[in-house]
Amino acid sequence: MTEYQNIFTQVQLRATVTEAGIPLPRGSLPRLGQPIFSYWLGLLGDAQIGPIYLGFTGVASLICGVIAFEIIGLNMWASVNWDPVQFVRQLFWLALEPPPPGAGLCVICPLNEGGWWQLAGFFLTTSLLLWWLRTYRRARALGMGTHVAWAFAAAIWLYLVLGFIRPILMGSWGEAVPFGIFPHLDWVAAFSVRYGNLFYNPFHMLSIVFLYGSTLLFAMHGATVLAISRYGGDREIEQIVDRGTAFERGALFWRWTMGFNATAESIHRWAWWFAVLCPLVGGIGILLTGTAVDNWYLWGVKHGVAPSYPHVFPTVIDPATLQGMPK
Amino acid sequence: MNLKQQFQLRFGVAIAAVASVLLIVLTFEFPPVDTIQRGYRGLAMGLVESHKTEAKLAVDNALPEETPKADLIGQPASAVYQNVQVLKDVDAGEFIRLMTDITTWVAPQQGCSYCHAEGEEFSSDKLYTKVVARRMIQMVQHVNADWKSHVAETGVTCYTCHHGQPVPANIWFTQPETLRPEGFLGNKAGQNMPAPAAALASLPYDPFTPLLEYANEIRVISKTALPDGDRSSVKQTEWTYALMMHISKALGVNCTFCHNSRSFAEWDQSTPQRGIAWYGIRMVRDLNNAYLSPLLSTFPSGRLGPLGDVPKVNCATCHQGAYKPLLGASMVKDYPELAGLTTGASAPGMPAPAQSK
Repeated sequence: MTEYQNIFTQVQLRATVTEAGIPLPRGSLPRLGQPIFSYWLGLLGDAQIGPIYLGFTGVASLICGVIAFEIIGLNMWASVNWDPVQFVRQLFWLALEPPPPGAGLCVICPLNEGGWWQLAGFFLTTSLLLWWLRTYRRARALGMGTHVAWAFAAAIWLYLVLGFIRPILMGSWGEAVPFGIFPHLDWVAAFSVRYGNLFYNPFHMLSIVFLYGSTLLFAMHGATVLAISRYGGDREIEQIVDRGTAFERGALFWRWTMGFNATAESIHRWAWWFAVLCPLVGGIGILLTGTAVDNWYLWGVKHGVAPSYPHVFPTVIDPATLQGMPK
Repeated sequence: MNLKQQFQLRFGVAIAAVASVLLIVLTFEFPPVDTIQRGYRGLAMGLVESHKTEAKLAVDNALPEETPKADLIGQPASAVYQNVQVLKDVDAGEFIRLMTDITTWVAPQQGCSYCHAEGEEFSSDKLYTKVVARRMIQMVQHVNADWKSHVAETGVTCYTCHHGQPVPANIWFTQPETLRPEGFLGNKAGQNMPAPAAALASLPYDPFTPLLEYANEIRVISKTALPDGDRSSVKQTEWTYALMMHISKALGVNCTFCHNSRSFAEWDQSTPQRGIAWYGIRMVRDLNNAYLSPLLSTFPSGRLGPLGDVPKVNCATCHQGAYKPLLGASMVKDYPELAGLTTGASAPGMPAPAQSK
C-alpha cells in the first residue's frame, strides 16, 4: 500500500543492456557517452543517464550559449573590478545593461555602452533558436508531433518581445531588459510603475490566469493519475479508449465532484494550451505597453476596469500645480 | 532503500531542517507587528509597526537633557564677544547657553575645541569646523523660517541630524557611475550592486545627485492613458524608484504611507504625507545647493567624497528611520534664536539647477 503513496518515483528500470535509442539517420553526429544508472536521479526521473545526442544544432546552440554566458559573466566580473570575492558576494545584483535610453536604436553601440549587451543578446537568441530547431528536428526524427517545439516557441516569443521587438517599436534599446538576476526583477517593477501599473493590463491578467491555471491543472491531473495508479492509471495511454479502466475512474471522480470531466486526451490539450497561452498573451501585453497604451491604470479607469474608492483623507493637491512653487 | 540510502536521506532532511530554522530566525521579522489601517478598507494602505523597531526608535531618539533657561545678560552677543556674525542680536546669556548645548548636540566627546582651536581666542576662525558650524546655524534658521511647509512648527535643531555626533550618521556623496571608467567592459551604468541608498536593491546607487542635488524630473508615469509624447524611460523610472526606496527606508514606512500603490501618480488618491514629502524633496535640494555645496573650499579634502564633493543631506539625515524626526518632539521651541533668521543671517535663494543626465 505504501508503494504509490510517495513523493518519489517508486519504480526504477535497470536493464542489463542499457537503452541506446533507435538508430540515427545517416550523416548524424553520434550519441555521446556510456550510459550510467543513478539511484538518486531515478527517484525523480529515469535512472538511466545517457547517451546524449547533441548533433549540429545542439553543439552550435551550446557554443552560442556559452559565448553569451561568458560575455555576461565577464562584464559582471569586470564591473566589480575583477574582484573574485565581490563577484561571488554581489552576483545576484550584477548585470549587463542595455544601451542607455539616449542611444536610441544604435546598430553597433559602443562596447561599454550597450555593445556587449547587443552581442550577448545576439548569441543568446541564436542559441535559443538553434535549440528550438533541435527540439523540432528531434521530434520529427522520432516520428513525434512537434508540440514541444511550439510550446517552447511561445516562451521564445515573450523573450523576443521583451528584448527585441518592443525596444525596436519604442525606438530605444534602453527599453530592453538587462541581463542579471535582481536587475531584471527591478526592471520588471520599474516597467510596471512607468506604465501605470501592469495589473490593469488585460493581457497581463490573462497571462496570470494561464500561469496559475497551469499550476492548478498540473496539480489536478497529477493528483488524479497518482490516485488511480493503484489500478494502473499511470499507463494512461493504453487506457484512453477503454471502458472500466483506472482512467475512467478518474474521469468519473471529476464528473461527480464538479460535474464535468476532461478525458485522457483533452486534459493534455488543456495543459498544453494553458502553458502556451501564458507567455503568448503575456508577450502581447508587453508589446502593447508604451506602444499602444501608456498608462494602464488610466486605461482601466477609461474603460471601467478600475473601481474608485471613497476618499478618507482630506483633499490632497499636487503642490507642483500651485502658483509660485519651486519646481 | 538500503541502510546507506536511508542514512543519506535522513542526513539531507536534517540539514534542510536546520537551514530552514536558521532562515526563519535570522531573516523573519519577530512578532508582534501591528498594522494600522489608513486608507479605505480593502486598499491595503496599512502602516506596519514592529514593536521591536519601535522600541529601538524610542531609544535612538531619546532627547538630550533639557538645559535650564539662560540668565539674560541684557547685552547682545556681538557687544560681549568678538567676531559674532550670525547671532549678533541674541542676548549674550542665551548665546552662551546655545554654544554649550551645541557642544552637547554635536561634539560631546570633543568639547569646545572641536570648533574653537586650542590656544586661540574663541573668536578665531582657524578651524574649518567653526566656519561650517556658523553656516549650519544659518541653515537651521532658514529651515525653521522658510520651510514650514515641511517642518511645520516642530522645526529642527542641530540635534535633529547630529544626534551627538560631529558628522551626522546619514550623509551622502556623489558616487562614480562605474568603478572602471577607462575600461571597455563592466560598465555598471550607475546601478547593479547592493545599494545602501535603495534599501540594498540593485537599483541606481546614487539617486541623490540627479534628484536631490540637481532638480531632474522625478515624475515618470504617463499622465494619459494612450501614448502622448511622454518619453520617460524605464531606466529613468529606476532612478525615481531608488529615490522612493530611500525615502521609504529613511522614514521607516512603506509605499502606502504616501501613495495608493494602485496608481502611484494620482494625487487625489494619495495621503497628505505625500504633499509634505514633496516639499521635503525641494527643501533638501535647496539645502544642498545653497548651504552645503558652497562649503566646498571650507572642508578639508579628507571630508570630501570620492569625486571631491561636499557631504550632503538627504531624507535620512534628519529622519533617521522615523517618519517624524525625534518622533515628533520639538526642541526648537526652547531656542527662539534658531526659529528664524537673525540679523546678518543671509539666506541666499538658490534654486536647484536641472541637470542633463
